[in-house]
Amino acid sequence: MGTKDIIDTLAGIEPGSALDTIRARRLQARENAQKSYLSLFEPIDASDFSLAERAAVAAFVTGLHGESPVAAFYREKLAVNADGAALFEAIKAEIERGKTSGPYGAFPAGPLSVENKAGLIYRVSTERRPALGARLVAALEHAHLLVFRPRDAASSDMKALLAAGWSNTGIVTFSQLVAFLSFQVRVVTGLRVLGASLGRTANAASGA
Amino acid sequence: MSAENKVIPPVVFTQDELGWVSWIDPLPEAELTERHFSGLVDRARAKSEYFRLLVRDPEVLEARTKTDKDIFYNTADGLPRAERELAAAATSRYNGCIYCASVHARFASTYSKRGDDVQRLLDEGVGADLGERWNAVVKASVALAATPIAFGPDNIEELRRAGLDDAEIVDVINGASFFNWANRLMLSLGEPSK
Repeated sequence: MGTKDIIDTLAGIEPGSALDTIRARRLQARENAQKSYLSLFEPIDASDFSLAERAAVAAFVTGLHGESPVAAFYREKLAVNADGAALFEAIKAEIERGKTSGPYGAFPAGPLSVENKAGLIYRVSTERRPALGARLVAALEHAHLLVFRPRDAASSDMKALLAAGWSNTGIVTFSQLVAFLSFQVRVVTGLRVLGASLGRTANAASGA
Repeated sequence: MSAENKVIPPVVFTQDELGWVSWIDPLPEAELTERHFSGLVDRARAKSEYFRLLVRDPEVLEARTKTDKDIFYNTADGLPRAERELAAAATSRYNGCIYCASVHARFASTYSKRGDDVQRLLDEGVGADLGERWNAVVKASVALAATPIAFGPDNIEELRRAGLDDAEIVDVINGASFFNWANRLMLSLGEPSK
């Protein structure tokens, strides 16, 4: 594959390092996490979900997780997209409005209801709706649900996306993109934390 | 979604086998092409409504399926399968995915022979006391599932104290992180049914 491994890049994993060696033992997982990234951001067919929309949703989703190399990477992807750059300020402002702590939401009514946890039901601000357009407004609202309160999801949320102009196939790819980023941002964070602890162990062993 | 497929949603976490019903249209089996079968990886998955929905984007499904299989089934030099399934079940319990939790709690029980402990995770939630090693895996999975992500050096220390080496810790990170992907698809594109 021509492109450098995106998880290694974002997690700061150098060739020949301890984590590089460990990741090499799960080669199929490593290569297919990369292929997942490529098929979402360099797809062979973007007709149901444009590249600018993908970059906007990715910047929003990773930004909602807080500042990180992953958030910076997808923000940059949006900034350099010809159609995405115009959305950049609106997405940045909506990230700030959408930040909260998850997971929260409701369980099916019954014994689990005692575990229900209330939280922000995010809606795009009225002033930014025209700039984002109906499709992205619906996408950001659903992406926020997926990030913070996935257990609240209902069939009416699918109807809202369809009504905003999303196709069935577009909804599948959009859902995959948000869900994939939820995976990617966690793998990168986990590997960074582990990598930092290896650094400390190595220093301790050398008497530093 | 036809009349004979009446949905009876489960209202508690369970190790029983559940069905899953899509809220939007999967591809009909008759319309699947070779491109779709490549995406499905296993041809038998054409029988599943969930996979016939995801195969609307075959390239993403294929890469996702192969990522999943290696993270969970490739146990060479790494964490035992039971504890990968535990990470998946704990993540699903915390995020609230009753369907995912049912499948992976069942696998955790099968591979660990600790079905009662797995059931306590489902009944009591992620705070259930399952012994040092399992507690460390559950706690790490929960910290990874939180948004913002709460996973930190303390989780690594706990996993090490519980006897996990660095490669096994990477398996926990991969397994738990992967279920933040799976849970969101299962929870939002359809619903479980008894």
